[in-house]
Amino acid sequence: MRDRGIIVGGLILFLGLITFPVWYNVTAGSTAKGPEPKRPEQEKTCVAPVGYMRTSHMDLLMDWRDEVVRRHNRKFTAYDGKSYTIGLTQTCMKCHTSKADFCDRCHNYAGVAPTCWDCHIDPKLVQRSTG
Amino acid sequence: MFMFEKAVVGSRRYWTWIGALFAITFAGFLFYLREHEVGLGITGLSRDVVWGLYIAQFVFLVGVAASAVMVLMPYYLHDWKAFGKIVILGEFLAISAVTMAGLSILANLGQPMRVLNVILYPSPKSLIFWDLVVLIGYLLLNALITLVALSAERKDVAPPGWITPVILLSIPWAVSIHTVTAFLFSGLPGRSFWLTGLLAPRFLASAFASGPALLILLTLAIRRLTSFDPGREPIQKLSLIVTYTMVINVFFAMVEAFTVFYSQIPEHMAHYEFLFVGLEGHAPLAGWMWTSMILAVISLVLLITPRYRNNEKILAVACVMVFLSLWIDKGLGVIVGGFVPSPLGHVTSYVPTLPEIAITLAIWAVGFLMITVFCKIALTVREELAGSWLMQ
Amino acid sequence: MSMDRRRFLGVAGLSALAIAAQSSLAALARGRQGAGAAEAPAATRWAMVIDPKQCLKDEGCTDCMAACDKAHNVPHFPESAHEVKWIWKEHFDKAFPEQGSLYTAEAFRDRPILVLCNHCDNPPCVRVCPTKATWKREDGVVMMDWHRCIGCKYCIVSCPYGSRSFNFFDPRPRIKELSPDFPTRTIGVVEKCNFCEERLAKGQRPACVEACREKALVFGNLYDPASEVRELLRTRYTIRRKPELGTNPEIYYLV
Repeated sequence: MRDRGIIVGGLILFLGLITFPVWYNVTAGSTAKGPEPKRPEQEKTCVAPVGYMRTSHMDLLMDWRDEVVRRHNRKFTAYDGKSYTIGLTQTCMKCHTSKADFCDRCHNYAGVAPTCWDCHIDPKLVQRSTG
Repeated sequence: MFMFEKAVVGSRRYWTWIGALFAITFAGFLFYLREHEVGLGITGLSRDVVWGLYIAQFVFLVGVAASAVMVLMPYYLHDWKAFGKIVILGEFLAISAVTMAGLSILANLGQPMRVLNVILYPSPKSLIFWDLVVLIGYLLLNALITLVALSAERKDVAPPGWITPVILLSIPWAVSIHTVTAFLFSGLPGRSFWLTGLLAPRFLASAFASGPALLILLTLAIRRLTSFDPGREPIQKLSLIVTYTMVINVFFAMVEAFTVFYSQIPEHMAHYEFLFVGLEGHAPLAGWMWTSMILAVISLVLLITPRYRNNEKILAVACVMVFLSLWIDKGLGVIVGGFVPSPLGHVTSYVPTLPEIAITLAIWAVGFLMITVFCKIALTVREELAGSWLMQ
Repeated sequence: MSMDRRRFLGVAGLSALAIAAQSSLAALARGRQGAGAAEAPAATRWAMVIDPKQCLKDEGCTDCMAACDKAHNVPHFPESAHEVKWIWKEHFDKAFPEQGSLYTAEAFRDRPILVLCNHCDNPPCVRVCPTKATWKREDGVVMMDWHRCIGCKYCIVSCPYGSRSFNFFDPRPRIKELSPDFPTRTIGVVEKCNFCEERLAKGQRPACVEACREKALVFGNLYDPASEVRELLRTRYTIRRKPELGTNPEIYYLV
């Protein structure tokens, strides 16, 4: 049993390494904080219930994408009967005006990098560059 | 698993070779990362020449892969016992070449991360869909056949009977991969250079010459470097195949040239002019194309004369010539020539850039790496058997 | 001459083959008609008539191209190898190579002709696309889904009109003035003229048509006998680019 020190030491090192993200967040004090996206102040209803949007907005956006591009349809009737024009920058961003304060906050928190903005233009970006 | 343990034990020479191949692959991979980040603009491709070295390599390699049938068919259908020892080399060549072909396609994509869209949204009207189907099928068929054959050999038993229909299926399948690849080009309105029914037969003929030529060189190299000796006969038989297919290939090329130049349709002649003498001062491939022609003629003289063909040293030289000639013709000329002039008559020169060449070399290095490892496994199995040290 | 059994079988077999071939050919022909008939109920088929004489009144004018570039965030690459073009000027003998005789086309020879995607009725690009990222809509617009394109460039290879461009680099830094209402493209995808389908959806005419001061571009519904395009096609002689290829372009040029 002369190897005991090495084995136990190795195990501790291993456990320390695989739990590193946890320790990192505890010391940075970022575990308790949620992403806190900034929600619109005037508008109270979205195109779908908040719970659905929170978990499945990407599915809805994919549907919208296919509806406009592939099925030639730009009208969307919401769950409450309200009618919307389908559009990320033209409809979503009318209320959720800031990509940085809304989209990015959750996406950064969840560590995801959607490719929407490779093509679709953050309206703020244009205002800044022209104004 | 898969006997890979045999590939990690080897001489110093073996490891130097492996290391060199890895180095080339790694360098090419770095260039690929850059291509992925910055875009295909770092290649020599342009608005008018959107396919270049990558696709040309793809076409050439699909041909090499298909040519395995030139060993398989005589052995399994006509019972040419002489090929018994090298039939597995043909299979290795096929597997490696299909993999290299696949990598060439990936290198050519603008959005490689979306490549699965081809399977998610299958489009049977597109030849790319069918090309993917036949190539993946061919890879699986050959992997299965090789694995079964090699396992049986290691256990010193006959391969199971159910593999025979699989082998028979792989023969027409080999023809299909190169036919579909030719169809990618020969069905496009407005691309007169490729718009000929002779394209698929030409592709097959040149493949059935270049593949076996490579196989002869591979066999000679293995005999020199290892204790494995397949004997003289299979090499002689292969050389006969190379001779016939090379003759047919040159014949097809001349038939095509006749139609183009006797009809004197300017649109059809322009592509040949670009390739051999240049258009509007652009002649990037003229030197290459003439080299290819001269190599083809000399190799034919060497191959057709029995005295030269039967001399293995001269045969090796002839095979190098055949391979180079067809590589230039197919790996550069046939694809690039179809793009210049463009359908609107614009002449845009195309010269591959350093990143493009480095990535292509890396793809070849991967292929050689695969062949080396496969041969190592197969030869070790045979050496162990020859040493009558049977595994349980 | 007597007929032995083998010969009889041979003749019988050949006749059967001939009959089979004939009926399948007939079926093919019917199939083609059928397809045409199935499309007929669509109420709209967009088309464009270009009047080169009107266009050439001001050879330096670029209004239509500028309007298109602005509406669609078309990037500008200075080097011709990487150019992205939706609507552009091509020399007459390049746009119409088959009309390039030395004297007959003197009026137009070496002069610029406006070209754009022909929105073919039988588009080769749609046939070859391996992901259905490009397709023909019922109203004839040859559409692209830039979300789906894998950048294989096969459509560019298949287009006989050079109407498709590839994004060899990230296009966004090369756009003069971003229009937030239309997306840019991402690196590595193909793009081309979309007949302003985003404007058609709002009942507007394409941006190039609206921008032209000389009214050299006429846009309309081919299925409407009273439309302006039909009126022009009825009363004037028009040509199309490379009609012999069977692609059926829907951009007409007045002679």
